[in-house]
Amino acid sequence: MDFRVVNLLDLFSPYLETLSELAKLHKQFVFGGILTEAEFWATRKKLLDGDNNRSSKQRVGFKSAMISDIKPLADGRTNKVAFNLTPEIIHQIFTEKPVVHQAFLKYVPNKIDFWTKYYRAEYLRSTKNAVAAAVEATEDEELAVFLKQDDTLASEARRKDNGISRDCIKEVAESQSLYDQYKRNLLQDLNRHAVVVLEGQSIVIDDLQAPHEPPIAPLCIKDPRDYFYSQQANALRTLGEIATGAKPVNYHTSTREAYSYISKSISDIKSEGIHDSVVKSGIASKVLNSLTHNISSTKYNLRRSNRETVLDSLPSMTKEELLYAVLEHDLDFLSYLAPESSFQHWTSIQELLKHFWSSYPIRTPYLSTKVNKLKDAMANIYGKLQGIKESVQSDLRHQVSLLVQPMVQYFLDPI
Amino acid sequence: MGCKVLSFVKSILLLNQLNQVVIIATGYNTCSYIFDSSVSSSTSTTPTSGNAGMPAFCVELLEKLETFLIKDEKLSTSDTVDGVGSSLLSGSLSMALCYIQRVFRSGPLHPRPRILGLHGSPDGPEQYVAVMNAIFSAQRSMVPIDSCVIGAQHSAFLQQASYITGGVYLKPQQLDGLFQYLSTVFATDLHSRNFIQLPKPAGVDFRASSVFGRAQSDSSAASGQKRKNPS
Repeated sequence: MDFRVVNLLDLFSPYLETLSELAKLHKQFVFGGILTEAEFWATRKKLLDGDNNRSSKQRVGFKSAMISDIKPLADGRTNKVAFNLTPEIIHQIFTEKPVVHQAFLKYVPNKIDFWTKYYRAEYLRSTKNAVAAAVEATEDEELAVFLKQDDTLASEARRKDNGISRDCIKEVAESQSLYDQYKRNLLQDLNRHAVVVLEGQSIVIDDLQAPHEPPIAPLCIKDPRDYFYSQQANALRTLGEIATGAKPVNYHTSTREAYSYISKSISDIKSEGIHDSVVKSGIASKVLNSLTHNISSTKYNLRRSNRETVLDSLPSMTKEELLYAVLEHDLDFLSYLAPESSFQHWTSIQELLKHFWSSYPIRTPYLSTKVNKLKDAMANIYGKLQGIKESVQSDLRHQVSLLVQPMVQYFLDPI
Repeated sequence: MGCKVLSFVKSILLLNQLNQVVIIATGYNTCSYIFDSSVSSSTSTTPTSGNAGMPAFCVELLEKLETFLIKDEKLSTSDTVDGVGSSLLSGSLSMALCYIQRVFRSGPLHPRPRILGLHGSPDGPEQYVAVMNAIFSAQRSMVPIDSCVIGAQHSAFLQQASYITGGVYLKPQQLDGLFQYLSTVFATDLHSRNFIQLPKPAGVDFRASSVFGRAQSDSSAASGQKRKNPS
């Protein structure tokens, strides 16, 4: 087996697993030696393309657990503690505390021990020793940044809450002592964390956006054959009317008479009022029956005319239309009669015909051998189709042969 | 005939309290609004004197219809003996569509309207272009046009209208059962039409207006009526 074939199989094997018809066709043609792998998959490249689009572009959001739950590794022998920082954790810290983010951007190219200071600040804060914190803050300006309360967050919170503080920050700032700004509540941390997690990443998911188009009916280009089917029924109806001799009755009424008729009927209604029984029960049931009959009969007629005209128009089509018609044909009826085998035949026939017509005009010996192989396969299926015709009950044989005949026709022509 | 239609209108209003019905009368020379259920004066139930058990809105409706008829008759210039001419279908379709657009743009609710054309007079070929315009604008705003033809002949305009906009076309065989036809077929709202089978004509007459002749005429009522149902 050459290298390329192995790749193709691997590439397409998930589809072989999920689509059993595809697997059956694959087995029939490729292992039967009629088509090669490359030819078989050449027409199905769009399966792959569809898959690439499906790879999701979603990013995972933040975890709900707070980062402070992550415990550092403490080395018992020395006084060192080691924090394990992953990029995700760093990202979350930056989102929750924009001050830290800004400090990072400002200081990091110069100093490397950013994180050491950050965790030092965290430690100081956790000891709730405001005085010590103040002392250290005056020594080291970066620590001061970490230790101070986040003013931007506070003002934003105040703005959102219309002055009602939820972070337990005292509104009145002048009574704050020097050390108050180094205190920070667990509540504030929790709230900030919750806000960040809920907001998530600001991803615009296209599917969830509301459609922007105004409610306009979409362009609907219908199959032009529908028009001719409908006209057939029309023509039949007018023929029927002429045949039964139903002629429209001509009344000669002037407009003045028409007006007076209506005025009279209006005054009648006014005087009599609305009757209690608007419709008699006998008439109502007759109406209902006729409506039901009408609905079921038109459904039947439309269906029947649909099928016959498709068949009649088949022999005069070009090869593209042939493929189109074959693909679109009414499979329900045939598959009802002779279930899986006929559907399988249909799909095999489609496959063979596709490859057959695509190899025309025959210019190379490779193509001619391919065409010969396809011809043999088609002759094979032709035999099976004859078998189907014979196996079906006699009263339905006519219908079946009508459907099968075009298939047969097109096999005989190339051969 | 008239009381059947009135009962049908009443039953539509009873189906859902948010339903609205507007009736437009189509004459030879004019069209006008006869009834609008969203106007509060028409829903008062105090009976006026001298009317045997008729709701107030019917009385008002009939009065308006009479004044409309008188006005329309005055505007008629000639008295044709050839038969009943064609009523202004295009005019009333346009009026109905304008009303629908107004409701779309003004109200907080977004209804799903449809138009029912109760039509007796023959088609007038001179109105072909106007009617087709109205049909296409109804199609674009997704308003189905149902047709109930009570005249003697089929109406090609209304057949095309119902086909293009996705409405129902019906020519009742028995006119005394008209209420039954109306309530069975035309009372279904647009949501239910997804799963309720309604009568479909076997074929639609797509001939252009130039082929129409004036071979047929009938003696039934000269005015058609249009209706609009929001839900």
